[in-house]
Amino acid sequence: MSPIPSEKYVPQSAFMKWMEARLPIWGFLYPTAIAYPTPRNLNYFWTFGGILSFCLVVQIITGIVLAMHYTANVDMAFNSVEHIMRNVNYGWLIRYVHSNGASMFFLAVYIHMFRGLYYGSYKAPREVLWILGVIIFLLMMATAFMGYVLPWGQMSFWGATVIINLVGALPLVGDWITTWLLGGFAVGNPTLNRFFSLHYLLPFMIAGVVILHIWALHVPGNNNPTGVSVKTKQDTLPFHPYITMKDAFALVLFMILFAAFVFYAPNILGHTDNYIKANPLVTPAHIVPEWYLLPFYAILRAVPSKLGGVLLMFGSIGVLFILPWLDTSKVRSGAYRPLFKQFFWIFVVVCLGLGYLGAQPAEGGYVIAARILTTMYFLFFLAVLPLLGLFEKTKPLPNSITESVLGKNGGGGMAGAAASGATAAPESKA
Amino acid sequence: MIKTLRLRALATVLGVALGLGAVGVVHAAGEAEPPIAVDWSFSGPFGRFDRAQLQRGFQVYKESCAACHGMELVAFRNLADPGGPGFTEEQVKVIAADYTIEDGPDDLGDMFERPGEPKDRFPSPFPNENAAAAANGGAVPPDFSVIAKARAGGTDYIYSLMVGYEDEPPAGVDVGDKYYNHYFPGHAIAMAPPLFDEGVEYTDGTPMTVDNYAKDVSAFLMWAAEPKMEERKRIGFQVIIYLILLSALLYFTKRKIWSAIDH
Ligand code: HEC
Ligand code: HEM
Repeated sequence: MSPIPSEKYVPQSAFMKWMEARLPIWGFLYPTAIAYPTPRNLNYFWTFGGILSFCLVVQIITGIVLAMHYTANVDMAFNSVEHIMRNVNYGWLIRYVHSNGASMFFLAVYIHMFRGLYYGSYKAPREVLWILGVIIFLLMMATAFMGYVLPWGQMSFWGATVIINLVGALPLVGDWITTWLLGGFAVGNPTLNRFFSLHYLLPFMIAGVVILHIWALHVPGNNNPTGVSVKTKQDTLPFHPYITMKDAFALVLFMILFAAFVFYAPNILGHTDNYIKANPLVTPAHIVPEWYLLPFYAILRAVPSKLGGVLLMFGSIGVLFILPWLDTSKVRSGAYRPLFKQFFWIFVVVCLGLGYLGAQPAEGGYVIAARILTTMYFLFFLAVLPLLGLFEKTKPLPNSITESVLGKNGGGGMAGAAASGATAAPESKA
Repeated sequence: MIKTLRLRALATVLGVALGLGAVGVVHAAGEAEPPIAVDWSFSGPFGRFDRAQLQRGFQVYKESCAACHGMELVAFRNLADPGGPGFTEEQVKVIAADYTIEDGPDDLGDMFERPGEPKDRFPSPFPNENAAAAANGGAVPPDFSVIAKARAGGTDYIYSLMVGYEDEPPAGVDVGDKYYNHYFPGHAIAMAPPLFDEGVEYTDGTPMTVDNYAKDVSAFLMWAAEPKMEERKRIGFQVIIYLILLSALLYFTKRKIWSAIDH
């Protein structure tokens, strides 16, 4: 199933010929970012990769500016963030973009991941691509967790205390990791300093893994809503202008939502307690992480044993690494898998339910519910996906992407012929 | 409970994103009663502070709260900043001069006291937390710089707290030497009721009731916590209009490009 190779760049002007002979950067970029063949039937769920890249750039730029004014010291951190809010020119804007940007980043990554799950984008030949995505997700969680500690509010301090204590439950390495993270015996100045350092470092590591992720994408090419592999050039469209324009449109819609939070409800996603300076002597009534970590927090607290909770929590992400081998179905796209489709939506509800439970106190009915949902979470991966592939009767697949597209549109307007007017349409050049 | 609050607020944001612009009222619960929803001039996407209200609120803060609550992040000069209470530079100088600021060391190495200047921050009433606790029956009066953002319910909560005192706790409830308040988590608060009718002398004819004092000081505290709110909403409006126009242009461009393609 070799993908359609990108059209090569042939320099025309004398300058470009000169340049390409020395640094063939356009020769690299043209097939990668301009001519790259993408399935013609991608829907708007495929715009989130671009949105995620935008989020990363926004976090890095706003973060670097914040770091110019922020002071990583337990006595000064809180006030330095308020100094940014009050005295730095447009500091409030930069900080609110950064803090809400983290939430937007996770919103986008969750949509991106559920998209992959639904359309079977993790299956061969995209296993490495998927695994790199899970690594990015882990790095994002670590980055956001450490970032949340920096303003040194009550939730910063107590969130860090709770999570680091839990890591201590790990056998053998637990104590060692705890000391390494804390830099002392409790969350304090050394902790804040190393968290700041790592919080600055990790986004650049994310950027590195993103490059690998895109590399691993460009080898097999994009999956698509039918899950049927690209077979002919007719199945594809060049990345530019088709995907670039669609991505740009979706990105601007996303920016409207982003702006609504930044300008009209900048604190709604945060916890009010984080506007109280960290105080090691006063424990908040409920210690809760940011919304995007809540499902994992619910899994963590679902079992009475500390170690069990930690293992389950890491397991809930670990299972994503082996997902490509857990799903036994030959059919990629959920659109042709009637049973999978139902289980998929149940799974979505389970995740949302876990998120809800993560915000509730760990007591009574909530714990029981969290146990049930945690079990369902793991059953989806460890039982449903392996078994469904063996028993499910899937719907007939279209022969090709082009056929599915024409079928949908009643065969009108012959893909190739109609597109021949559009200069960049590959089929007209084929 | 915080979750419901957030979900409701989230729905509000989505409403704004869709251009509906409705702003719901945020409630918080806990063991305490949910705060009273007040119709603030500054709520909603087009909400602005009411300058006269902020000036009155400042007066209430200064006369009734500042003895116990500091505001260490706010400078006197901020009182003249755009989007704030709108005092003039001259008024700010007079206000600042009313406060005594410890400065130094001077050339001889001694600390000295001088009248406040616009660049100074509001001085904290107690030298440290221990002194604050010792003077207030063991409870520390929190600094007011960001208090309106540091409590679920925000200004609704502060207003409710001010009007939520009860002379006698309900039968069977013992608050010891504290005071009974409907809205304080746990109901027993160490702060004595700070406001009384006619306690602060208003000069603009606003009725001098606890209710008005409570509203005015809450509004003032919202400004203290979020001094850039008006600028934020103004820029936000421009940004969102711009993005909506841009999205329309991109939509038609994209449609044009894709029109010849079956997809
Ligand atoms: C005599 C000192 C004193 C004065 C005057 C005073 N307070 Fe307080 N205030 C306190 C103390 C002490 C606490 C801490 C209460 C506790 O934790 O039980 C407090 C707490 C508060 C809180 C936080 C409640 C919470 O949820 O933790 C607010 C809000 C507040 N005061 C508002 C005001 C306002 C507004 C005024 C002026 C109108 C005012 N206070 C005047 C002593 C005072
Ligand atoms: C993956 C990208 C990133 C994510 C998900 C992220 C997330 C976060 C979060 C959740 C906070 C707390 C926000 C708050 O409540 O104030 C934060 C704060 C901060 N971040 Fe980041 N961040 C990222 C990248 C960066 C980068 C690249 C830098 C610097 C180079 C940076 C610098 C800072 C600083 C200085 C703060 C403290 C100021 C503040 O709290 O507003 N961040 N980050």
